[in-house]
Amino acid sequence: MSAPVREVFDSRVAFAEELSALAREDERIVAVCNDSVGSSNLVQFQKEFPDRLINVGIAEQDMVGVGAGLALSGYIPFVCGASPFLTGRALEQIKADVAYSQSPVVLCGMSPGMAYGELGPTHHSIEDLSWLRAIAGLDVVVPADPAETRSAVRWAAHAARPVFLRVGRFKVPAVTGDRPFTFGAATTLRDGSDVTVVAAGTMVSRALEAAEEAAEQGVSVRVLNMSTIAPLDEDAIRRAMTETRGIVTAEEATTTGGLGAAVAAVVVTERAPVPMRLLGIHREFAPTGTTAFLLEHFGLTAGDIRLAAIGLARTDA
Amino acid sequence: MLVADPRTAAAWRRFRQEFTDAGPERRREMLRERANQSRTTDLHMIGRAGLGHVGGDMSVLDILTTLFFSVLRVDPEKPEWADRDRFVLSKGHTAGALYTTLAAAGFFADAELETFAGPLSALNGHPNRVKVPGVETNTGPLGHGLPVSVGMAVAAKLSGSSRHVYVVLGDGELQEGSNWEAAMTAGHRRLDNLTAIVDRNRLQQGARTEETNTLDPLDDKFRAFGWDVLEVDGHDHLSLYDAFTAPRGDRPTCVIANTVKGRGVSFMEDRVEWHHKVPSTEQIVTATAELAR
Ligand SMILES: Cc1ncc(C[n+]2csc(CCOP(=O)(O)OP(=O)(O)O)c2C)c(N)n1
Repeated sequence: MSAPVREVFDSRVAFAEELSALAREDERIVAVCNDSVGSSNLVQFQKEFPDRLINVGIAEQDMVGVGAGLALSGYIPFVCGASPFLTGRALEQIKADVAYSQSPVVLCGMSPGMAYGELGPTHHSIEDLSWLRAIAGLDVVVPADPAETRSAVRWAAHAARPVFLRVGRFKVPAVTGDRPFTFGAATTLRDGSDVTVVAAGTMVSRALEAAEEAAEQGVSVRVLNMSTIAPLDEDAIRRAMTETRGIVTAEEATTTGGLGAAVAAVVVTERAPVPMRLLGIHREFAPTGTTAFLLEHFGLTAGDIRLAAIGLARTDA
Repeated sequence: MLVADPRTAAAWRRFRQEFTDAGPERRREMLRERANQSRTTDLHMIGRAGLGHVGGDMSVLDILTTLFFSVLRVDPEKPEWADRDRFVLSKGHTAGALYTTLAAAGFFADAELETFAGPLSALNGHPNRVKVPGVETNTGPLGHGLPVSVGMAVAAKLSGSSRHVYVVLGDGELQEGSNWEAAMTAGHRRLDNLTAIVDRNRLQQGARTEETNTLDPLDDKFRAFGWDVLEVDGHDHLSLYDAFTAPRGDRPTCVIANTVKGRGVSFMEDRVEWHHKVPSTEQIVTATAELAR
């Protein structure tokens, strides 16, 4: 079966447009970056608001600290850098200066997951969800497409607390339609009664494809877009446990502490846990390859999600 | 792990001998020719792969060629030889320049370059020591090479080895604070067996360094951290050779190599957009012709 060709989008474009729109409305909005004006799509922002783009150069720890200082002085900083360097390099600044200090910084992890493909594991940001979910007081948001990115950017600007926003570069189809981002709430993109797939980011469109294919094989799959990873919508997980018979999680991140681990922590503490499959990257540095190649390498295609879902439906039948 | 190519390694050994025996003019010519061959190879490799950091590669290739073809005490056929000099490319995004140089010295076969950035290739967009002989530590995130090199220099001191540690840093890279922590440690410990080479092309990814976050006066900064500083033309092979081999005082040495990003290809020189733009087939033809002159 060949899937119909669908238009796909880089969410950084929507991110940058919405950020500029917000900046026009509210002069407290500023951007901080690390020599990443181009890769964070801030060229237009820089043209329009040259004074409100603070480029600290290649210095991520400085960048996050500067962001915290701006936030503590009444500004609304969007701190933008390639996700691996923003989160990995400045992790302690994120913990101490942003989360622990409760300074309302919006951390924008650009080109996350394995979007940098052949640039390799140093440039992949697959550990970010594990790292950041471990930090108290930090909201972790992973929009699934440009529309949701746009609405999450707008929400974050007014959230008045520490937020991490994962801004996708790997092109994905539009999946959220006109449902706006709702902080802390999973959205049911497709209902189903046998198995639930809980997906985030790039995996959401693949989960929907998987559900469609599974239906043709007689398996009814519910698809949840879990765009807030922390705090997690635990009620949606509990409903999935009672209304379906198993849960598959799918994320372009490590399974050691990201979405899958978060969902599992809810599942195992309930009286009647359901079987689960955690799709993601498990303790392996990626070999060389494009993003699409690596997603296949790590079992993150629609076909892999479908097989996991059908597997769960059949074990339990 | 890739393996050495004995024939190329033998040719490299002959080159090193001829260089030792040659006078200044011949030496200059040998290194210039060698570096430009690597430039051409690199351009084709990047064109084939559809990715790479061409501007920084062209900028650093005279430094890498001078090191590997006239200075470093290494053996391509014994990449793990304990007393070898250590070379660290801290600006790991210019892996292409390192790969073409290592292949030219016989650390692995030229044919491997065709796999650059391809599925499952050992030659990733950033160098991986687990797969590529001659790579001493994995780089890519900027600001890591100098601290690791300081560790290698301290280790050489601890074990009484005379090996020398060379590390190449980007100038934009120096905005990372980790460099200055390491510079302080090296100065404090008087690591005379450490040479840091700054590829001072005055451009970073998106703009000029001095317009982004000022580095000048760079020489004074290193001096203040306890280093000796030499400033040279980073495309003049003999000046580089002299700076790399000059007798050392009792402190680490920083060689500020003034370079041009995109060097050797007229339409790339000093142009920020060539940081990681990929040249078209026609542009590669033009560039190759320029480099053959
Ligand atoms: C920690 C970190 N932040 C950002 C980057 C993205 N990046 C790759 S190359 C580069 C510019 C490097 O400039 P410079 O050190 O001057 O090297 P050159 O101009 O010689 O290529 C940047 C910002 C990175 N690789 N690592």
